[in-house]
Amino acid sequence: MASHLSLGNVILGNLMVAENIAFYLIAAVMVFAAIRVVTTRNIVHAALYLVLVLAGVAGQYILLAAEFIAVTQVLVYIGAIVVLFLFGIMLTRAPTGKMDDSNNEQRIVGAGIAGLLLAVMGYTLWKAYRDGQFGEMQVQRTSDVATSIFSTYLIPFEVISVVLLAALIGAIVLARRD
Amino acid sequence: MILNQFLMLAAILFCTGVYGVLARRNGVMVLMSVELILNAVNINLVAFGAYHSSLGGGLDVSGQVFALFVIAIAAAEVGVGLALVLMLYRNSRSIDVDDIDLMKG
Amino acid sequence: MIAAASQPFMLTHVWIVPGLMALSFLIILFFGKRFSERVTSGIGIFFIAVCFALACVSVVNWVQRINHPVADTSADEALVTQPDGAPAPIAGQSDAEAIIGANRGPVEAAATEAAKVGESTTTGAEPAAVTEPAAVTEHGAESEHEAKASPIVTRWTWFGWGDIKFEFGFIADGLSILLLFTVTAISLLVHIYSKEYLHGDVRFTHYYAFLSMFSAAMLFFVTSSNTIQMLIGWELVGVCSFVLIGHWWEEKDNSDAAVKAFLTNRVGDVGLIVGVVITFYAAGATSFNVLHINQYALSPGANQTLLLVGGLCLFAGVTSKSGQFPLHTWLPDAMAGPTPVSALIHAATMVVAGVYLIARLYSVFYEGLNIGENFVNYIAVIGGITIVGGALLAFVQTDIKKVLAYSTISQLGYMVMALGVGAWTGAIFHLFTHAFFKACLFLGAGSVSHAAHHTFDMRKMGGLRKFMPATFATFIIGTIALMGIFPFAGFWSKDEVLAGSLDGQQQPYTFMLVLGIVGAAMTCLYMSRLIYLTFYGDYRGHGTPHESPKVITIPLWILAIGAIVLGFLNLPNLFKIGEIDYTTRFEHFVEPTFAFPEINHAEFNVGLAVGTTVVAAVAIFLAYQYFWLRKSPFLGVRDKVGAFAWGYKVLDNKYYLDHLYTDIIVGGVKGPIARASYWFNNQVIDTVVNSAGQGAAATGRVVYTQVDQKVIDGLVLSTGTGADESGEALRHMQTGRVQQYAALLFAGVAVLAIILVIFV
Repeated sequence: MASHLSLGNVILGNLMVAENIAFYLIAAVMVFAAIRVVTTRNIVHAALYLVLVLAGVAGQYILLAAEFIAVTQVLVYIGAIVVLFLFGIMLTRAPTGKMDDSNNEQRIVGAGIAGLLLAVMGYTLWKAYRDGQFGEMQVQRTSDVATSIFSTYLIPFEVISVVLLAALIGAIVLARRD
Repeated sequence: MILNQFLMLAAILFCTGVYGVLARRNGVMVLMSVELILNAVNINLVAFGAYHSSLGGGLDVSGQVFALFVIAIAAAEVGVGLALVLMLYRNSRSIDVDDIDLMKG
Repeated sequence: MIAAASQPFMLTHVWIVPGLMALSFLIILFFGKRFSERVTSGIGIFFIAVCFALACVSVVNWVQRINHPVADTSADEALVTQPDGAPAPIAGQSDAEAIIGANRGPVEAAATEAAKVGESTTTGAEPAAVTEPAAVTEHGAESEHEAKASPIVTRWTWFGWGDIKFEFGFIADGLSILLLFTVTAISLLVHIYSKEYLHGDVRFTHYYAFLSMFSAAMLFFVTSSNTIQMLIGWELVGVCSFVLIGHWWEEKDNSDAAVKAFLTNRVGDVGLIVGVVITFYAAGATSFNVLHINQYALSPGANQTLLLVGGLCLFAGVTSKSGQFPLHTWLPDAMAGPTPVSALIHAATMVVAGVYLIARLYSVFYEGLNIGENFVNYIAVIGGITIVGGALLAFVQTDIKKVLAYSTISQLGYMVMALGVGAWTGAIFHLFTHAFFKACLFLGAGSVSHAAHHTFDMRKMGGLRKFMPATFATFIIGTIALMGIFPFAGFWSKDEVLAGSLDGQQQPYTFMLVLGIVGAAMTCLYMSRLIYLTFYGDYRGHGTPHESPKVITIPLWILAIGAIVLGFLNLPNLFKIGEIDYTTRFEHFVEPTFAFPEINHAEFNVGLAVGTTVVAAVAIFLAYQYFWLRKSPFLGVRDKVGAFAWGYKVLDNKYYLDHLYTDIIVGGVKGPIARASYWFNNQVIDTVVNSAGQGAAATGRVVYTQVDQKVIDGLVLSTGTGADESGEALRHMQTGRVQQYAALLFAGVAVLAIILVIFV
């Protein structure tokens, strides 16, 4: 495709209004869902909120013109990992209703640490990338990604497959009922 | 769009994930929080990749590739992790992380 | 040398006499033990005989010198100048020098010049000769018929330092030659006497060695030309006295007496040394030479106060050595020594060292104490008190030697008193005659004890005149001489002393005269008592006494003859017949003419002579009445009259002086000091030592408990416990809960991130 000179762009110049609105919407949903993941008492609800987060992430990928990874995200994460989570919940007989004590006593400390991290990271990012303006968004086609994987990043790709194999075997071994 | 908004988003997700890792009692929930963290990282990677490409120095897909590998690793990790949780449940009939304190000094 | 030809050998080499005796001492000391008694005493007698002969030669030489003075010729021939004595020490540079004095008249005028020039080592320079020979020749020429010879001084500069000259020298003048003669004569007789008296003694050799040593020291003393040398001689005779008194030191009394003699003399010697130093500084701090000091004393600008103080300090030494009151206490105790020693040292020679000192430095005393202008002065008073005090004590003694000792003290008082009233010749003449008759008396006492089985207690004697006629005869002669009966020696000398006090210098010394006459009376009384108790009555001892051998009696006779005859050496001018010069010979030859004050010579007073003879006769009669007739009003008076009993008690206790010295003065110092030292030792020193030990022990304990146990062991243990407890504390961090670890991990990451952000 050509540039992302969308209608919004044309109308409003360099503001790129449409993408921004989309971003902020998705971001809001994601944040809310993420917070719900870590605060909800119902574990299945947590899994579902996680789905929401993952979907939002995929949406962000689209906004960043990374189509391949967006689709991969949906396929792998939502399609496989979340299902895995649900199976895990089921197999461990986790109570599917509300649980009273889903947080341990590290709540406050954890909040503190998280807050601290957020502050640090936020400050740093704001300072460092104040002038980080996207130029013209280039569409990253799947074929480019494929080319990159099988040429530049061939070895990591092979290693990844070995890792997956190892994980597979490991999981089987661990979960085996002996 | 500016780069910072993606990075800030990623930061928020990351910290939420950190909170979840530290504060959740259920092992599965801990794993979920770990997923949150990994996703935040992925966003970062892809955002930087896009930024880099958009600056006009040629197309750079390393962000996506990296993110792909992270997803693969995440998948492997979740698999093994859940297998662990399963074993834990089998041994002690509970998946309360706090109960795993055999290494207590 | 030209100058030497006019001076006789003996006079310039008078040091040979003490030198020979010193040689005798060394020979006897190192080789005497190998020889028999005969050889040892032979060596001693030989040497002292040679010295006596040399002394006689010296006397002849001196008489010739007086008769033929060489004052005028010396100015021409004597200007053989040698290099002037440089201040740097030049050891061994020796010059014989004759100090030719001008007449007595110009002495004062030339004295200041003499003081300047007199210390140079130029030969034969007259006091002003180096600068003004002409004037001297004039002096010599016009006073030729009056010129009397001056002393001959032989000296070597030991070392010089700035203006000060330390010299080593010998003086030969009338006084020294007289003493030379006296000392060698008496010493010779004592040497011969001792051969028999100490026959078979356990320390015969040692005795003769120290007899020689003493003679050497005394001769050295009387021929010394400077006060430092006199000090040396003085101390040496003191040491010999100590050794000889304590000859039989196996008896504690004898060694106590020797120590007492030495220490009492030491007390006086402090004053002597101070006096030597004061006179040295008074005379300009250049020389210790006696002539120099005398010249200074006579010079018009002399410091009167210094001379007075110096004289009194010197007199302190005389007080102790010559047995003046109150330091006489050692003399009676010194009788613990052998009798010949008592005769030689404590009668004739050593005790007169003090008198000699005053006579030698007479100008200092004469000017310092204003003898010429007073009617009383310290020396005369002390002398007078000594006369009477000593005589009183002689009355209550039972020991024959102690009576003679107190008699000696009394007679020494006469000599000192005579010097105090200005009768210089009287004092020296009395010294001379006293030496002979007192030695005679002491040796007689020795002879008596020899017969009475070695006891001196008169209560165990009696009636000895029948058994020992020779001893008795000589003893009587000595006694009469002592009493001062005409025409024996004591009369002439004692009378001269009394005439001197009667005449005085410008006014009579009346008080001294009275004391002298009273003393004479008492002398007669106690000597009569002694004669009676020893030689009359019945023999109260055991065994049969017999006469002593010739070796003992011959010296007695020699001395007795001397006691008779020697008085005629100084016949007063009253007896002058025609132009023959035979009166006042002693005075003519002995009295110094150089650096000597102009003293008034008292003429023989017939009334005084008669008066004293009467007094003596009365005293002898009283004694005769008391002892021989047993019909005296004084018989038994001690029991009847309380005063006499009290007086007896005081005399018996020797005026409590011994008690004062030993118990009060010495004890008062020694006791508190001893107690204080003991207290100091116990409380302070022991405390210090003990506390040092205790301190060390306590420190050890403290170090052990506090430092070692607590600190060091604590340190060591604490490393273990520290590791233990820190592990215990840190253990709680390991909860085993993974999320906790994760929390820490993330917290660390956050902190690291902050740091990186801030600093990088």
